[in-house]
Amino acid sequence: MQRVGVFVCHCGSNIAATVDVKKVVEMVSLEPGVVHAEDYQYMCSEAGQARIDAAIKEKGLTGIVVCSCSPRMHEATFRKAAERAGLNPYMVEIANIREHCSWIHKDMEEATKKAVVLARAAIAKVNLNAPLQPGESLVTKRALVIGGGIAGIQTAIDIADAGYEVDIVEKTPSIGGRMSQLDKTFPTLDCSACILTPKMVEAAAHEKITIYTYSEVDKVTGFVGDFTVDIRKKARSIDMNKCTGCGVCQEKCPSKKTPSEFNRGLNTRSAIYTPFAQAIPNVPVIDRDACIKFKTGKCGICEKVCQAGAIDYEQKDEIVTQKYGAIVVATGFDVIKVDQYEEYAYSQSKDVITSLELERIMNAAGPTKGHLERLSDGKHPKEMVFIQCVGSRCSDDKGKSYCSKICCMYTAKHAMLIRDKYPDVNVTVFYIDVRTPGKNFDEFYRRAVEDYGVNYIKGQVGKVAPQPDGSLLVQGVDLIDNKQILKKADMVVLAAAIEPEKDVRRIATMLTASIDTNNFLTESHAKLRPVESPTAGVFLSGVCQGPKDIPETVAQAGAAAVKAIGLLAKDKLLTNPCTAKADELMCNGCSTCANVCPYGAITYETKEINDHGIRETRRVASVNNALCQGCGACTVACPSGAMDLQGFSNRQILAEVDAICR
Amino acid sequence: MQELVNRAKELLADGTVSRVLGWKAGDMSYNPEPAYFNSAEELENFVYDGFCGANLSKYMIEASKLEGKTLVFLKPCDTYSFNQLIKEHRVDREKAYIIGVGCKGKLSVENIKAQGIKGIESIEGAGMNDGCDTLTIKTLYGDKTCSYNDAMLERCHVCKGKEHQISDEVMLESRDTKDAERFAQVEAIEAMTPEEKFAFFQKELSKCIRCNACRNVCPACSCRKCVFDSTKYDTAQKANVTSFEEKMFHIIRAFHVAGRCTDCGECSRVCPQGIPLHLFNRKFIKDIDTFYGEFQAGEDTESRGPLTNFTFDDVEPSIVGERG
Repeated sequence: MQRVGVFVCHCGSNIAATVDVKKVVEMVSLEPGVVHAEDYQYMCSEAGQARIDAAIKEKGLTGIVVCSCSPRMHEATFRKAAERAGLNPYMVEIANIREHCSWIHKDMEEATKKAVVLARAAIAKVNLNAPLQPGESLVTKRALVIGGGIAGIQTAIDIADAGYEVDIVEKTPSIGGRMSQLDKTFPTLDCSACILTPKMVEAAAHEKITIYTYSEVDKVTGFVGDFTVDIRKKARSIDMNKCTGCGVCQEKCPSKKTPSEFNRGLNTRSAIYTPFAQAIPNVPVIDRDACIKFKTGKCGICEKVCQAGAIDYEQKDEIVTQKYGAIVVATGFDVIKVDQYEEYAYSQSKDVITSLELERIMNAAGPTKGHLERLSDGKHPKEMVFIQCVGSRCSDDKGKSYCSKICCMYTAKHAMLIRDKYPDVNVTVFYIDVRTPGKNFDEFYRRAVEDYGVNYIKGQVGKVAPQPDGSLLVQGVDLIDNKQILKKADMVVLAAAIEPEKDVRRIATMLTASIDTNNFLTESHAKLRPVESPTAGVFLSGVCQGPKDIPETVAQAGAAAVKAIGLLAKDKLLTNPCTAKADELMCNGCSTCANVCPYGAITYETKEINDHGIRETRRVASVNNALCQGCGACTVACPSGAMDLQGFSNRQILAEVDAICR
Repeated sequence: MQELVNRAKELLADGTVSRVLGWKAGDMSYNPEPAYFNSAEELENFVYDGFCGANLSKYMIEASKLEGKTLVFLKPCDTYSFNQLIKEHRVDREKAYIIGVGCKGKLSVENIKAQGIKGIESIEGAGMNDGCDTLTIKTLYGDKTCSYNDAMLERCHVCKGKEHQISDEVMLESRDTKDAERFAQVEAIEAMTPEEKFAFFQKELSKCIRCNACRNVCPACSCRKCVFDSTKYDTAQKANVTSFEEKMFHIIRAFHVAGRCTDCGECSRVCPQGIPLHLFNRKFIKDIDTFYGEFQAGEDTESRGPLTNFTFDDVEPSIVGERG
């Protein structure tokens, strides 16, 4: 039997206002094994920790239970305190009587009862705890950045500047991401490409950065400090070492009907293509689905015109396997599909466009060479209507519940740019709210209204109806004047919600990084660990974590880089000793555990087992403690219960359940 | 049947196998039992007829540890269990010489008794050469008859088919016996209200005497040490502390075999209390089919079961939750 000490924290009034801490002390004193119980205002304070220290030494405690906040807050604190007092840190259990009790209950009697029950469970568990010793693992001094947009580029540059090798994996043929598709940026209206291209060049030229474009992450194994990643370099059909980027192949390519991804399908591109002029690397790829040579075997014009002899139709996907200490996810976003909103007539009229499409139209390298014109007839519009929150802030299943955050600002930017360049165009914006929190943001919006005469109407649009004369009839409501509005427009621009890049689910699963219901990656702590994934060694950069504008993305990219650098700067990491262990006498050798292990930590060996005097050669499971992350999947999959998790054994968990149900 | 004995004798004589795993006559004509035969003489007691329902796959776990090969007779449905045991590394394929033996539907004396036929002394018409239409039952009260199909085990009415999934050779013809929908019984229970379901299982499971026959016969329950026998986790005592004991035992067992159960129906066949235990397993099979696509455990020896595999098409937990 352990000698258990129980320490009940008031957490100021956080716990003590709802839980009768004196009563908890009184009740837990009666529990088996408990030889000491006390309460204190702030257990995590130095004075509180000193009390734990003193009790361990004076009463010869072999295990302690701290009834306090979530173990995510202070488990490490109390483990360290116990260790300083000479106790094995894994002899500490936390009963969470704050988040799991005082914060969610109002009735003191009920809450006190529950706090006692939670304490009992922790006492029952600590009675079965055994001292555990962590091992050590080495840190690979190289980082992987998944995604080559502004977030990925900035993170990579920052990590590389600290002296560590960084690889960027980008699935499209060029780095640059969404920012490369933008024309101007708010609130300063500087040209997006002008500020992005130097960053792209810096990343490409950095001696510590390797860029894999047209590549995807195929497989991730390992754990913090020691990930092994398979990167699939998709067959580009071009020898990157030979290609000079002259562009002749793209001019001569006879297959020119594929919608351009970069221009959001507003114009077409050739089968062999670089997405945009400033692409890095400036090496085209052959889209094999569109290429006549690949489809029919005939053509081969690009090969004939290529002076460098860089075309290689035989090229195959190549897998590069590389080890990394840290992984930063910077997979970014896309805009949602708006065809589901029939009321806005996006799929019925070419003149209803999304804001990102407008960016391309306004851009000098875009499908209209920067001239604002209707895509249906090429005419110059006179009346433009912007509709905000298309798919954002939705209460139904059709759209997103969240605010996409950037739309208010970019719409103000679009409105201002149009009014500036084409004073003859009237611009009307239908909005729910205008949200401008950010440095110089509200001033920017005021300028659009006051200096540029943009007509902002608070109210939503119910319908956009294409008219026989080619115009669009916008039916909306003005909530301030409380009247219906019918407005003829030549173009309608939808501020479509943004959502995480589709592929992020696959990547999150490979990384065992958690993801929320909107597919945004979850941070480890919403306030205190915003750029760290709960999965150790995985960091979050940019919109993959939540909607952000460019300055926020760049700031977060730097923060993620610092966290990655902090990890890479270490030579060794202490490993978690709460790993799985197989009881060879009970193991059936059935491989179920190895099948479910996400870390590949379980192997099988055939060896002689002495089972109470019976010697038998058996196939038994063996756990690699360096690879095991203690997730416990194997322990629940094991049919015989041979697999157990140290520190969270089946027996301990059943003891907790028993204590709760008693 | 005699051809099976002759072939077994040949294989014993030429040294291909060291022993034979089959069925021998029991004390009554309707209760043959699994048996090892080590010689031609012992094979004189070999029997194979409509009452040889016992699935011999699980016996191969121990037989795999013996010197030499064992000749084992497996009916089509038994071969699924054998494959599943190979997949779980519990039997050694190299130690087995498998004769896939034909099956015309297996019988249950309980089904005959259920028709009010008492004092049974012997039953005729269950042989592999008989016509499978009528059984003649000699009783203390004179001869009675019963249709073959009415006496058949539930599992044969939802037969998985005549194909052997694994074998070295096949002997004797099989017969199509499927005349019911596999999940009809499960659907009937699913249609009940929660109260009705509880009452149904309360009634059935309260008959349980914890004889462990279902567990001992189950090819999926092949653990060296069953959690219910282990002192390591206090589970042995746990199952005893409440009146809910039997239910927990069967529910836990169903969870343990989920995704691995081939639906061989042995649990229900051997239950001395007549509890339809296969219903639990079949509910899991139906749910697995619904959520993860059609899956039949034991169809092969390599693939991962749906519960130990992950694909991006897997159903979201919320959807499973909605379905209840």
